[in-house]
Amino acid sequence: MEAGARAEARGRPEVILRAASPRYGEKLIKVLLVLAAFISVLTTTGIVVSLLEETINFFREVPIGDYLFGTEWTPLFNPPSYGVLPLVLATFIVSLIGMVVAIPLGLGAAIYLSEYARPSVRKTVRPILELLAGVPTIVFGYFALTYFTPEILRGLFGNDVQIFNGLSAGIIVGFLIIPTIASISEDAMTAVPASLREGAFGLGGSKLQVTLRVVFPAALSGIVASIVLGLSRAVGETMVVLIAAGQQPQWGVNVFNPMETMTTFIGATGKGDISTGSLEYKTIFAVGMTLFVITLIMNLFSIRFVRKYRQVYE
Amino acid sequence: MSAHGEAVAPPSEAVGRPSASRRAKDLGFRIGLLGCLGLAFLLLGVLLWDVVRDGVDRLDLDFITSFASTNADQAGIEGALLGTVWLMGVCAVFIIPVGVATAIYLEEYADNTRWYNRLIEVNIQNLAAVPSIVYGILGLAFLVRGPLSLGPVVLAGGLTLGLLVLPVVIIAGREAIRAVPSSIREGSMALGATQWQTIWRQVLPAAVPGIATGVILALSRAIGETAPLIVIGTPVFVAFNPDGLDSSFTAMPIQIFDWISRPSNDVNNYLPLAAAGILLLMIVLLCMNAVAIWLRNRYEQKW
Repeated sequence: MEAGARAEARGRPEVILRAASPRYGEKLIKVLLVLAAFISVLTTTGIVVSLLEETINFFREVPIGDYLFGTEWTPLFNPPSYGVLPLVLATFIVSLIGMVVAIPLGLGAAIYLSEYARPSVRKTVRPILELLAGVPTIVFGYFALTYFTPEILRGLFGNDVQIFNGLSAGIIVGFLIIPTIASISEDAMTAVPASLREGAFGLGGSKLQVTLRVVFPAALSGIVASIVLGLSRAVGETMVVLIAAGQQPQWGVNVFNPMETMTTFIGATGKGDISTGSLEYKTIFAVGMTLFVITLIMNLFSIRFVRKYRQVYE
Repeated sequence: MSAHGEAVAPPSEAVGRPSASRRAKDLGFRIGLLGCLGLAFLLLGVLLWDVVRDGVDRLDLDFITSFASTNADQAGIEGALLGTVWLMGVCAVFIIPVGVATAIYLEEYADNTRWYNRLIEVNIQNLAAVPSIVYGILGLAFLVRGPLSLGPVVLAGGLTLGLLVLPVVIIAGREAIRAVPSSIREGSMALGATQWQTIWRQVLPAAVPGIATGVILALSRAIGETAPLIVIGTPVFVAFNPDGLDSSFTAMPIQIFDWISRPSNDVNNYLPLAAAGILLLMIVLLCMNAVAIWLRNRYEQKW
């Protein structure tokens, strides 16, 4: 507004547009709003500073090479060993199982809602998906431990499946992130203009061909972003793995066995009463830093990807 | 939301029927898609049924008016319920002004060609996707211990959850403010109102339903968050109601988590307690979501 007024004043110098008073109140309000916006920047700074400080202290006591490349995580043993790879591996396995469940189901739901469902169906189905997204993760954890593992997994694979296992946690984490993938992908697909579909139908394409060869590629950036965001949620998910996957670090890939992920370790250690400054206290921050860096890379990738490859229609 | 809807249908009638194999493929694909959606809903259905079956017998007035106890028959959720109410109060008092102010700044004042405004924007998008447990670490390092050293009290817990869900309010608030057409602002300014008068008297009142929906969704996310509260060291066994911001507390999800992880036996079976707690939590959540949906439908404006 102000810039426009000024530009006009430059063209016709006899007209001087100026506020009647300096309006200090307006300026004060703007300062307050900037301060509020700054709280979010401070939050990120706070996260980085708090993680970095204790992580550096941690690496004063534990060599960084032992941490990053060690395959034994036994902080409570004597002598303790702080190789983080078993935690990272478990996180990776659980997330991978989750993605195998969530990508087909989430994308299938998104394609159906965007391309096939009638508007009335979409209007009723979307709130149910939102409900699924709103169920607290502790509820999914309870379900995984008390129903999914004993009734479904043991029914399928027998008693090889231990009561705490990575498979159950992974599958349930997958269901947890279906709404994330479905809703962002659906938005991306509904944003593809109708003219593209009409053109493809005009060339004789079937509904299936138009969906898979025209709409899907046109919405790909949003779809990739939704998958990366889903993956980032799976990696950071705590309650389901803490409850259903057990708390034993394992350097192996047997998904019927208990697994300890990075988030499980932080949660399980934070639960106990630990004294500030102890090595145990610092491990929380070192593992938290590892988790934060991994998810940060994925989030930034997803945010950039949407920006860079977004087709601008109309 | 979408412009196409049913308007686009393959004009198969005009050019003759498609081949049978093509129709079979189309049908198979359609059924597959429905199956994806069906499977997701089936799991949600089984989950709800499982929780209701396990917990409904335990969910009564005694459950709501009893405190934590090692005796499973006498245990209840009163302290945790009140703790959650306190937490949500602190959380709301924090996120409403800060979230709305940030949304106003980004939509009405910020020039998004400036690098610092773009930084704030990317930063908020990223914060929305930071794992909740990391916020717990932040709360532990800055609020509970470290500079503020509040201890695991109501204020520290509420602020930790507030920081966690702040991006939800900001993003919803921005959308609501953006949806107010610029003609309203131009009209107000043409009548001589200042920028803030325009925002306060025209834009914000029109955006209130959207903002309120965002706040309720944010609180409904905060109410079920467990991981950050575990990390800040929220005590589990609290047999009293919190009576202030500096009061020790426990919360519903923490209490539920404790009942799940306690070893159960024939004498003391804590799992029905956990299920009853979950049911209560879900009922509260459903009410909050219903209010949000009602707000959205009742006050939705088409400009």
